[in-house]
Amino acid sequence: MTGAAGVTQSARNKAFIDWSPILLNLLAFACGVGLWWAITAAQMVVLPGPVEVFTRGIELIANGQLPLDIVSSLRRVLTGFFLGVALAIPVGFLMGWYRVARALIEPYVQFFRMIPPLAVIPLAIVTMGIDEAPKVFVIFLASFLSCVVATYQGVISVDRTLINAARVLGATDRIIFPRVIIPASTPFILVGVRIGLGSAWATVVAAELIAAQSGLGFRMQQAQLYYDLPTIFVSLITIGILGLVMDRLVQAAERRLTQWQERAR
Amino acid sequence: MTSSTTDVPKISFQNVSRRFGDGAGSFLALDRLSLDIADGEFVTVVGPSGCGKSTAMNIAAGLTEVSDGRVLVDGKDVHGPGPERGVIFQQYALFPWLTVRQNVEFGLRIKGMPATERRRISDHFINLVGLADFADALPKTLSGGMKQRCAIARAYAVNPTILLMDEPFGALDALTRVGMQDQLLDTWTQERRTVVFITHDVDEAVYLANRVIVMAARPGRLQEIIPVDLPYPRTEAMRLSPEFAEVRNRVWHAVYHQKPQIESNI
Repeated sequence: MTGAAGVTQSARNKAFIDWSPILLNLLAFACGVGLWWAITAAQMVVLPGPVEVFTRGIELIANGQLPLDIVSSLRRVLTGFFLGVALAIPVGFLMGWYRVARALIEPYVQFFRMIPPLAVIPLAIVTMGIDEAPKVFVIFLASFLSCVVATYQGVISVDRTLINAARVLGATDRIIFPRVIIPASTPFILVGVRIGLGSAWATVVAAELIAAQSGLGFRMQQAQLYYDLPTIFVSLITIGILGLVMDRLVQAAERRLTQWQERAR
Repeated sequence: MTSSTTDVPKISFQNVSRRFGDGAGSFLALDRLSLDIADGEFVTVVGPSGCGKSTAMNIAAGLTEVSDGRVLVDGKDVHGPGPERGVIFQQYALFPWLTVRQNVEFGLRIKGMPATERRRISDHFINLVGLADFADALPKTLSGGMKQRCAIARAYAVNPTILLMDEPFGALDALTRVGMQDQLLDTWTQERRTVVFITHDVDEAVYLANRVIVMAARPGRLQEIIPVDLPYPRTEAMRLSPEFAEVRNRVWHAVYHQKPQIESNI
């Protein structure tokens, strides 16, 4: 509503980067590592310290094992995730736009949403074998289910007045769909994509713990057998960092694509 | 029958009724409204909430069907919305992902008009509503009044012969409102259209209109038609004149002292 205030606010954000939260973030990180070091150095718990984990990380990078694990995990996650999202968006639109499609599809979506994707793994392994297919399928399922619901919610919550405004300007359904429905529901879809990626990432690691010959989850499973705590730590930290990076990428895309939205900061 | 076009009312409501819902929960939003609006006329509609003024407008816009009766525009039955009837909504209804210019060009773009011609038309109307400096701004950076001016330019751009405005200034503060009224009249003087303007503000209704249509509620129906015999352009002096006060008092009484409907009238 307050136009002038909105303009100056965004101008100010562009001109100055506020460093204080970043400094606080770094401080929090340093304190965390310090605390970890202090606890392990005092041998209060039988856990590897930061130095030990860091050296193991370097070792694993140097002998190529960590990059290999990252590549196999990411390949699974991205294949499943993109397939899931690619199907979820059209299906979500279909459900939002046509009552018949909604009535036909919704019971299945709601039902399968209640089954944790990991619970499907035994069935997937029995029917699809032990290679990539069952893992990718489970990830596909996880990302499809979280994204389809968001897309469909986005379509049904498009403001009626916007549709009416387009209609009185002469737009037919064929025009309203690409020019009003899709842009208006983009924010919802992107939230769905973000949730989908999160659940895909969570699912891949768990799936690899159960059945895989490579990947970050598999590496932890192996390390567990040999009581190799530093490797477990390296894998955990890698999983966290990669998850964070992917989430930030989607968030950045989201902000770019929906910068027209009025936001409460 | 050979009637010249001037004899045909621009908009004609003929015994229009609209019932919402069915069975016991249904209610009559509009009861046998008959009203003719002439070409180039500026008509305002006032009445308490539930008087069916928005329903009547939506029917004329083609966004709502009639339950009974007919609505004619230029002598032809209304079926669905059409670009000859521009609509301006209280909530602005700008496409938030488009800039002011893209919003104004929306109706032209979907008609497939070439870019240079679109640009010429959008420039004209963006200037007319005083948004030239904000042509490339997104709606979120505009104030309420500016958003509504953008919506007015967007409605004008497709060159409608009728403008239907549903409480367009209802969400604006009193000062902005007065400015917007003058600007709307100014635009209307330069680009004459038939305007149906819904409001709940008696002052606004009198200030803008050739005729004030007063409606009554439960069921929504026509109460009284009050002509405003003040010349255009309307000025502040006119707004404060005794003649204005007199019309305003008449409208005020018609709106706020409505007799309950007499049974035999049903």
